[in-house]
Amino acid sequence: MKYIDEFRDKKSILSLLEEIKKFSSVEASIMEICGTHTHSVSKYGIRGALSKNIRLISGPGCPVCVTHQADIDAIIDFSRNDKTAVIATFGDMIRVPGTFSTLESERALGSDIRVVYSPLAALDIAKENPSKKVLFYSVGFETTAPTVAASIIEAKARNIKNFTVFSLHKLTPPAMKAILDSGDVLVDGFICPGHVTAIIGASAYEFIARDYGSPCVVSGFEPVDVLYSIYMLLRQLYLGEAKIEIEYERVVSMDGNKKAKEIMAAVFEPRGSAWRGLGLIPGSGLKIRPAFAEFDAEQAFGIKAADSSYVEKPGACACADVLKGRITPFECLLFANPCTPEKPMGPCMVSSEGTCAAYYKYERAS
Amino acid sequence: MCLGIPCKVIEIDGDSAVVATANVKNKINISLVDNLCIGNYVIVHAGFAIEKIDEAIAKETLEMISGFIKDAQ
Amino acid sequence: MKSGTILLSHGAGGKLSHRLIQDVFLKAFKNPFLEPLNDQAVFPSPGKRLAFTTDSYVVSPIFFPGGDIGKLSVCGTINDLAVGGATPLYMSASFIIEEGLELEELAKVVESMAKTALMAGVQIVTGDTKVVEKGKADRLFINTAGVGVIPDGVDVGPSFMEPGDAVIISGTVGDHGVSVMRERGMITLDVDVESDCAPLHELASAVVSTGFVKAMRDPTRGGLITTLNELALSSGHGILVKEENIPVKEEVRGVCEILGFDPMYLANEGKMICIAGKDGAKDVLKAMRKNPLGKDAEIIGEVIGERSGKVLLETSLGTRRIMEMLSGEQLPRIC
Repeated sequence: MKYIDEFRDKKSILSLLEEIKKFSSVEASIMEICGTHTHSVSKYGIRGALSKNIRLISGPGCPVCVTHQADIDAIIDFSRNDKTAVIATFGDMIRVPGTFSTLESERALGSDIRVVYSPLAALDIAKENPSKKVLFYSVGFETTAPTVAASIIEAKARNIKNFTVFSLHKLTPPAMKAILDSGDVLVDGFICPGHVTAIIGASAYEFIARDYGSPCVVSGFEPVDVLYSIYMLLRQLYLGEAKIEIEYERVVSMDGNKKAKEIMAAVFEPRGSAWRGLGLIPGSGLKIRPAFAEFDAEQAFGIKAADSSYVEKPGACACADVLKGRITPFECLLFANPCTPEKPMGPCMVSSEGTCAAYYKYERAS
Repeated sequence: MCLGIPCKVIEIDGDSAVVATANVKNKINISLVDNLCIGNYVIVHAGFAIEKIDEAIAKETLEMISGFIKDAQ
Repeated sequence: MKSGTILLSHGAGGKLSHRLIQDVFLKAFKNPFLEPLNDQAVFPSPGKRLAFTTDSYVVSPIFFPGGDIGKLSVCGTINDLAVGGATPLYMSASFIIEEGLELEELAKVVESMAKTALMAGVQIVTGDTKVVEKGKADRLFINTAGVGVIPDGVDVGPSFMEPGDAVIISGTVGDHGVSVMRERGMITLDVDVESDCAPLHELASAVVSTGFVKAMRDPTRGGLITTLNELALSSGHGILVKEENIPVKEEVRGVCEILGFDPMYLANEGKMICIAGKDGAKDVLKAMRKNPLGKDAEIIGEVIGERSGKVLLETSLGTRRIMEMLSGEQLPRIC
């Protein structure tokens, strides 16, 4: 597969690991803010291949993990109250536990819940079933939001009346700022999400280098990309630099994808959003603009996205601390026993992107 | 949050395109990316092209990395 | 009785039932054990040690590229016997039919079963038919039981596995999973992948005759990794496999990359895992590759003394990770 195989080349991987070893004098805590990066790091065993001076932390990059429990309860309640409606969702969300249930369980109990790979598939369901209400349960960061915006615009153009979107989209730079402001974690540098940045542009992170002195490297997802990005971060730290670099240059620019940004801005506007583990972060969520109100599930059905400043009370479930990168899953008292992918206690375990699920699958052999 | 795969554009029809990788064809929406031509490579996420791959830069990145391989030998 | 739909009366035991049995089942499954249409089939005992298996087939859709539920049911039964070292001989076939299924479709499924059984030298000697109301069965369910004989001197099973034994897969993984996904409309990708549904009795016999085979199993639902976990648990040993040695078709890889699936966890219906003594691994591989169903066979790993009951995967970086059994259906993801 072109542009994948070359970036999985074994020789390149091993050479980059050797280059990284040359920075043995640099102590670094590096945070990645993307579930797909967590997945790659774990899948290729990168953490185990790096020496102890480098600590890789998984930040809140998984929309499934950071979606507030109340937002999961809201869609489950909706599905229970209206069994004729169709709920379309990305596969990622189907097993995420709310307070009492999951979409998968509700489907078994008779709710019409369908997994889609694209928001356009949800739109097709609406078109093919004009008498049914179709609600798209919309999660994802800035990579996904433009695709949903384009789908809403398409719905308007095709005059589709039975399609709505429950927007739980979240934005990356505000989350990074919240982590840096919280002072709970000392992060020396960030591996920034490649596809989010393809949309928003690397200049979105300039405030991190400028105001917080943290180097950032925008990374692709293959093992060569991730290792090269780690190398670039270590090089900056070694030289005492703090700037934005782009490893994933073949796809990412400083300005991003102007057209995608315009489409996203035409349909969505920022609003405060409650993140599991991080509480309320101002301007970190996306709301559907009044011009597209007819496609807003919150308007149509009275469901409300969680925007309270509720933060989970301290208890045995340490998802909040795992998300902030304060602890590794190994340090959670529930990890692997009793919290497992079959019996997840919190979203970090249920999502295949969740830090704990990734650790459970990949990190326990060492 | 970002599962996106490089695919080659093989047909274009307005806002739709057919892309291919590994003998798999996928019909996607290209309304988020301008100036696409047949033969271009794009990143595909959730049924949409989200950006075009700059092949010249990809080549440069790979050359940079192969430099590390030579150094190591 | 060439066209029409299946009605509840076809399962009621009366005239319509008898016509169905004569015109569809008996016509296809011609053999002296079935023809008397008794409540049981009687046959002489084929040997000292018998193998006996049962399975139910509920695949949807009932027709998919490379096969159908009928072919699947015969192959599945044969394979369960063959991986135990048995020569498959006789089968039963019970049908639970949803009212409204087209007669033509049932006939097609039954003909497919007959053809597969004939090629494998297996006879379908007894059966049953029930019809349920619309909505109570997903078009057609088939239950089978199978009997085979284990030749003297053949003894295979996980208890014979030892650290150092080679782990061999007979071919590419994930083909069936992708072919069915496509037909189910789960994916809209345009890809040409057929199910690998096939009877493995000849392949099994070929490898067993090398004398180096310790155990065999056919990975079905849950994929290669789930079945390796079963072998690890049954044997009490660990299993280490190298990711880069596991054969995957280019198209299957493409679908998996796009949708976020792992081919090692996708279903197979015509593949075999073989555990072979270290010294004989190359011979077993050679024997496999001689058979068309094993032409892509590869040695993918070994049985190890540590990590009892676990499956470890070695990545291209040389690091290792634990691979659990599949927990829940794999779903397309965006993240």
